[in-house]
Amino acid sequence: MAGSLNLVRISATSTTPPGIRRTETVTKYIDTTSCIGCKACEVACQQWNDLPPEATVQFGTYQTMPDLTPGFWNLIRFEETEVAGTQAWLMRKDQCMHCGDPGCLAACPSPHAIVQYSNGIVDFNQEHCIGCGYCITGCPFNIPKLSKSTAKVYKCTLCVDRVSVGLEPACIKACPTGCLQFGSKTQVLHVADKRVEQLKTNGFPNAMVYDPEGVGGTGVVTVLAHGDRLESYGLPRNPTIPLAVTLWKKPLKWLGSLGMIAGVLVAGLHYLKFGPKEDK
Amino acid sequence: MIERYNFIERIVHWAAGVTYLYLLLTGLAFFTPTMWWIATLLGGGPVIRYWHPIAGLVFAATVIWMFFSWRRDMRITADDKRWAAGIEDYIAHREHKLPPAGKYNAGQKQFFWIMFYGGLALLLSGFALWFTEWIPWSLRWLRYAAILLHVAAFLATVAGFIVHVYMGVFVVKGGLSAMTTGKVTRTWAEHHHALWLPRE
Repeated sequence: MAGSLNLVRISATSTTPPGIRRTETVTKYIDTTSCIGCKACEVACQQWNDLPPEATVQFGTYQTMPDLTPGFWNLIRFEETEVAGTQAWLMRKDQCMHCGDPGCLAACPSPHAIVQYSNGIVDFNQEHCIGCGYCITGCPFNIPKLSKSTAKVYKCTLCVDRVSVGLEPACIKACPTGCLQFGSKTQVLHVADKRVEQLKTNGFPNAMVYDPEGVGGTGVVTVLAHGDRLESYGLPRNPTIPLAVTLWKKPLKWLGSLGMIAGVLVAGLHYLKFGPKEDK
Repeated sequence: MIERYNFIERIVHWAAGVTYLYLLLTGLAFFTPTMWWIATLLGGGPVIRYWHPIAGLVFAATVIWMFFSWRRDMRITADDKRWAAGIEDYIAHREHKLPPAGKYNAGQKQFFWIMFYGGLALLLSGFALWFTEWIPWSLRWLRYAAILLHVAAFLATVAGFIVHVYMGVFVVKGGLSAMTTGKVTRTWAEHHHALWLPRE
């Protein structure tokens, strides 16, 4: 997959990307209602990507550590809360959402450091990363993490290396309950809708599919039992590329560039018209 | 010849000029993909990413030094307001219609304050951009504010910088040499800064 014929978006590049292949959009399906919190996906991610062991942090929950790190791209978040008067133990697989309209890519100033393939995978190319952290600002999900030792950012690749050769991502391979599945976006949405219907008839009237439109849909689709409690899952209700990033990369970039060119032109015209000041 | 800028003032001015130019060029590379070739010329993306904030610290130090050393001469007076209102006479070289200037004319004073406030804004927002990952998720609005403030202050100071370099190098003869040798002729001083001399 990681070939130029599949590149549909390239960071900091104003020319047309070379992708001419049409491929189906791949999507990860996460059913939080059948997740048992075994963390096999966390281990599989570390193992397949050959990431060094990361020190776990005990902070009073079942969660491996408080947040994703540059070397830990798949975290099951545990949240103990109360829903409709009863105890609820919510679990969600946190990782890069592979947005249709990725904020990280929009914010990135370095050509080719962030790319999007025709199958929807958003990937970081660390060899082109300059470590500025703008993707951290651009991401509405708080995903990219900057490594102190390498000054590059890292995140889930959706196992682009496995997917390119027709395999499913490592986390999906490892999931024992089938709460993680993998397929085309249409297939996954079909499964997700059916599951939500099932949940609704089984006493979860607020069950929903999380595939936010504001970021062009996501390559990671999550089924939630309590769609009215997105904040308990740590999910934004209507994520979009931050307004500041959009203003900066669109009107301010164009107006600023035109303004600078105009400034230099006006100076040149002034010289031609009035010339230098004479000191008599 | 009369001394207009002493040795320390000249060093600080040129430290400010060189660092600002470096910040401008590397900033342009970060600002728009069209200008990314500057990154290639100056050693590559990671290299300019490393040096840009450090050059920023040096530039901020020069701005702060200039503030404490020059602010008395930079106070905006009633004459300056009249001067600024008649700016088109300055543009068209009809200075005789304008109130005479002291050590600095109203345009130079405006440039000074643009660079001072712009420099402070760039420094503060620059820290937020430099250490983005240290800003907690709950305070992420700081990141967004920093991006907009950095761009706004960048554009304001660039406008001032273009005018300043153009005036100093091309329009006001003797302006550039005043900042390199530190000295100006009496005629030059009488012509451009009539109210400055009597105080000497």
